[in-house]
Amino acid sequence: MGRKLLTENINVPGIQSLDVYRQHGGYEGLKKALGMSPDAIVEEVKKSGLRGRGGAGFPTGMKWSFLAKPDGVPRHLVCNADESEPGTFKDRYMMERIPHLLIEGMAIGSFALGANTSYIYIRGELLYVFHIIQKAIDEAYAAGLLGKNIMGSGFDFDLHVHCGAGAYICGEETALIESLEGKRGNPRIKPPFPAIQGLWQRPTVVNNVESVMAVVPIVKMGGDEYAKIGVGKSTGTKLISACGHINKPGVYEIELGVPVEEFIYSDEYCGGIRNGKALKAVVAGGSSVPILPKDLILKLANGEPRLMTYESLSDGGFITGTMLGSGGFIVMDEDTSVVKNLYTFTRFYHHESCGQCSPCREGTGWMEKILHKILDGHGTLEDVDLLWDIQSKIEGKTICPLGEAAAWPVASAIRHFRSEFEEYVKNPSSIKKDNHYYRLNNISSEVA
Amino acid sequence: MNNENKLKFSDDALALAQRMIKRYPEGKQKSALIPLLHVAQAEFGGWLSSDAMDYVASLLDITSIEVYEVASFYSMFNLKPVGKCVIEVCHTGPCWLLGSDDIVKYIEKKLSIKAGQTTADGMFTLKTVECLASCGTAPMMQIGETYHENLTLSKVDDIIHECKATVVDHVTHWSKKEIK
Repeated sequence: MGRKLLTENINVPGIQSLDVYRQHGGYEGLKKALGMSPDAIVEEVKKSGLRGRGGAGFPTGMKWSFLAKPDGVPRHLVCNADESEPGTFKDRYMMERIPHLLIEGMAIGSFALGANTSYIYIRGELLYVFHIIQKAIDEAYAAGLLGKNIMGSGFDFDLHVHCGAGAYICGEETALIESLEGKRGNPRIKPPFPAIQGLWQRPTVVNNVESVMAVVPIVKMGGDEYAKIGVGKSTGTKLISACGHINKPGVYEIELGVPVEEFIYSDEYCGGIRNGKALKAVVAGGSSVPILPKDLILKLANGEPRLMTYESLSDGGFITGTMLGSGGFIVMDEDTSVVKNLYTFTRFYHHESCGQCSPCREGTGWMEKILHKILDGHGTLEDVDLLWDIQSKIEGKTICPLGEAAAWPVASAIRHFRSEFEEYVKNPSSIKKDNHYYRLNNISSEVA
Repeated sequence: MNNENKLKFSDDALALAQRMIKRYPEGKQKSALIPLLHVAQAEFGGWLSSDAMDYVASLLDITSIEVYEVASFYSMFNLKPVGKCVIEVCHTGPCWLLGSDDIVKYIEKKLSIKAGQTTADGMFTLKTVECLASCGTAPMMQIGETYHENLTLSKVDDIIHECKATVVDHVTHWSKKEIK
């Protein structure tokens, strides 16, 4: 069993409430932090090696140290709780079950950054979680953990929860800031970076829910201790949300470094492929990262076991590797149509493109149409080449990474499963025989 | 903007709107726009008419176009009337892997409408939506505030039956319940 830093108390009855949370060491991290200097906290986070858990993996301590601190200008910590990356449901799970861990992390982070007012931006669909967070915030205010002079420290801190209204793009930090200002979620051109000009043009740090929560154990145990967990530059624990054709879908906190094979097949985690089927492919870090076939996800190109770390998952670049991303781990069994799965992803990116940049706005639409044509039995071999061409003209040519997020799944599906595209094109009757295209599982007979 | 703007929030909704506006610094009240549009949608029958959007603009002292451009960007805002129960079925990859296409088809057949349409009696609107962060409990759908997870066809039957029996007013994401 690996160490659990975030989920240790997740199943304690009543842990949602402030009282029970405090009985289990809750707000001890904040108490300790308020006795430290803000810079010392930033230093501990740096030493921990914590990397942004939303998907980009940028070192959190370094991000914090970039924050501009001009005199007389308020600065803000904004929590990105817009979790929308297909395959990812860890933040929702955590916020719903242990909301005070997020509030404690926000208070520590805001103290370290000198932010007196901070916001949690939660996706609009998670209204019931919004209420859970709001209730926890109200409890924290009543107990003097938020508001004026928190815990008698002299630090004034206000925390608010803010809801979005359905837009994947608002998970991109500058789009999130725009949305929090009451605008369309159009990403900003960088620079200036949010650390210099963010929310209302003030210095701002945007951190994912899991990153903010991880600050609590880091402060409690110290950055050096945290960094002892994991492998190399992949320190600490990571929440992996596992879904698809596995026996035990759910959120697992792993010590970074667990072998992928163990994660998929061990009863401690996914419990193997359901219905006794064989593994076909995995999208390891949310829909945006490259899909890998069985052989490459389990082993590196040199035959060594692939590990659940930032480095190991990306080993081999995109030719043979992928990314840890958000930890949205999507498993597909042998009967899955990779082409149809890709179609749903591409439809998603087309729907979610904000429309600012032509390559993304137009390219995602054309990719969706071509995939639809192929799945409709009218594809040609040229269409497969055209798909490749379009994705290559989106990647790197947009303001924000949604372009890459839309291009990579297409590129990797063609790279590793080209024969499946070609089979659909040459032999359209093979499309309908695929039981994950029109007919899915044993409930299907009742549908027709 | 219409000269005769008859729409107004209830006292409770107005009080909630004022509390929301106070969460942002002086002069930054526009930040409350999205939360207020949720309230407006709950107050005014599950969708945002131009009158409703104009009213929100007046509450925030911003122009109507600033409201329209936001309302038209976010998928949770309905710019046309919808049924009392809006059924939103996730159809992105992880849900599709576990049968969301079948769920959509089943509801289409059961309600005799296609995704995107509303039943003739105005009771149900069926929508397909993109990933709702419920991939580990797929397939799933959302009605109002509630996530219905690990769906089977018989669960869908029960949920729709329950809606028919209990729903009187519009069930939007934000409802009258949130506002009081």
